[in-house]
Amino acid sequence: MNKRAAPVARQPTDWQTPAMQRHVRRRYAAERRFRLLGLAAVCASAAFLFYLLATMIAQGASGFTETRLALPLDLRGHVTVTRAQLNGAAADLALAGAGLENAVDAAADRAFPAQGGEALLSDGAWLRVRDAIKRHPRLLATPVTIPVPVATDIDMAYKGIGTPESEAAVAALGTHLSRGLNVSFFTGADATDPTRAGIWGALKGSLLTMLVTLALAFPIGVLSALYLEEYAPRNRWTDLIEVSINNLAAVPSIIFGLLGLAVFLGTFHMPRSGAIVGGLTLALMTMPVIVIAGRNAITAVPPSIRDAARALGASPIQVVFHHVLPLALPGILTGTIIGMARALGETAPLLMIGMRAFIAAPPGRLTDPATVLPVQIFLWSDDVQTGFVEKTSAAIIVLLVVLLAMNGLAIYLRNRFETRWK
Amino acid sequence: MSNAAPKMTASGVNVFYGRKQAIRDVSIDVRREDVTAFIGPSGCGKSTFLRTLNRMNDTIPGARVEGDIRLDGEDIYAKAMDVVQLRARVGMVFQKPNPFPKSIFENVAYGPRIHGLARSKADLAQIVERSLTRAGLWAEVKDRLSDSGTALSGGQQQRLCIARAIAVDPEVILMDEPCSALDPIATAKIEELIHELRGRYAIVIVTHNMQQAARVSQRTAFFHLGQLVEYGDTSDIFTNPRQDRTKDYITGRYG
Repeated sequence: MNKRAAPVARQPTDWQTPAMQRHVRRRYAAERRFRLLGLAAVCASAAFLFYLLATMIAQGASGFTETRLALPLDLRGHVTVTRAQLNGAAADLALAGAGLENAVDAAADRAFPAQGGEALLSDGAWLRVRDAIKRHPRLLATPVTIPVPVATDIDMAYKGIGTPESEAAVAALGTHLSRGLNVSFFTGADATDPTRAGIWGALKGSLLTMLVTLALAFPIGVLSALYLEEYAPRNRWTDLIEVSINNLAAVPSIIFGLLGLAVFLGTFHMPRSGAIVGGLTLALMTMPVIVIAGRNAITAVPPSIRDAARALGASPIQVVFHHVLPLALPGILTGTIIGMARALGETAPLLMIGMRAFIAAPPGRLTDPATVLPVQIFLWSDDVQTGFVEKTSAAIIVLLVVLLAMNGLAIYLRNRFETRWK
Repeated sequence: MSNAAPKMTASGVNVFYGRKQAIRDVSIDVRREDVTAFIGPSGCGKSTFLRTLNRMNDTIPGARVEGDIRLDGEDIYAKAMDVVQLRARVGMVFQKPNPFPKSIFENVAYGPRIHGLARSKADLAQIVERSLTRAGLWAEVKDRLSDSGTALSGGQQQRLCIARAIAVDPEVILMDEPCSALDPIATAKIEELIHELRGRYAIVIVTHNMQQAARVSQRTAFFHLGQLVEYGDTSDIFTNPRQDRTKDYITGRYG
């Protein structure tokens, strides 16, 4: 038995001393301060977001509309085509060959000589007349008034930001002008005239590119993650691979563009500007993100579940596909969507492989020249014509809507799988 | 082979984790009619040894097993032994209840399904009912078989895990401290269940709780520092231990 020191009489703590009270007050104050700081941070980010959305919508909303001029037309004797020519695919060619564009310009010159005549009209005005004739061939036989899109300076002036001359023209035209939804913005591709420019070409390019990216990056990424987590032995090689993947995820995207340029265009001679090359390049960039997210999700599956399955005699592949993968899937999907969202907003690597070209037709196949939404935004924002300012904002709104739709899909999928397995 | 032949025999078993030796020269017979308890202080290697009996240690990186372990005279570490089948024959219940995050029915049906034990849906439903009944859980869950297995209480989850293990109709069931995460009432139910399962399956149970070993087992093995110190009839071990180390442990001198 060792000796113990005599017990010291216990002094009860006095919680009421001024020093104690100050201490307690300080603790409460710190609590309040921290809560206010957090609240302020949330408010600040919400305000920034609101400002961004508000300016985009304020500037971009008019990009979805067009100004139309009610143009009196009498095409009798100016445009001669037969009924038979108006049927089928040859109708466009027949009407163009019959001089419809000149006839429309001439009509503008006749109707509004003082205000500028044909200069009032958008480059695409005659196309609107052409489509109307295709729907109602009798328009060729009677004098009619067709609303057609106006030139960009008139359009801008009508929307409130014109030059003195164009504003005078707008004032003189008065009620001949009206506003309407710019349908061709959703169906057309890039054009030199802002009133003809559309977003569909870039949107379709983006969708095709994302399709290629997803089809490559998702299976390869998930299989890599599964192999590295479930099968690969832990040694120097797997460590090296792990470090390399982590580094790849942090490589600036333009480097992937250079890689794509050298490998896909230089070595394999794939078509320049094609969605397939863009998709391959972005897949290289997205894969490490999916691998890392996938590995995290797979590690998060409790080892006890693997043990339980193994102890029942499940083979390694059954353990993976019956238990690990279903439980990890929500996390893998989240990572995939983050990677895809990043790829969707990517511009720099696509510039390197020629997707910044002026593409006036939506791509039909993966090998057709294409551009994507962020590159289109970049190109339009660079354009000197005032008309492209609102088109830029409108394109940004389209890009944001696509992103939101993707995120919504991700949340839906995640919830679906979680309720199924948990 | 006579019924008296041991179900499993281990001789000269050494287990290494990397350079560290966890089990030293253990030889033991597991009888088919009895419940065998492994007792010993924490870190003595009793769980490690248990996991060599159905090769669950295979998955631990750096683990290495030497020696000879046989199931009905068949070397389970032989090249020709199929690990998947071995684990179907030697089932396991873990320390922490670990039901799959699936329905109660799916939890029990999983084993028979992957081994193709059921010929039809009705057959499978019958296996599930029989297994749950044997595990003493049928009455409690028969109206909610489609509920998640993880929504059950801890004791029910552990009985679900036992039902899952016996659904593949194993020959041996290994239990690794099956009651350490349960309250006394749930523990009593599991012990009762072990009594009922005895005879149909050879049972090996690792436990920290000496009273539990005394209550449920007929044979007891005392492990210390990776060695098998003493192995014999439970009544002998607890009343008349031959080794001083066993006596010290049982009387609570250390552990």
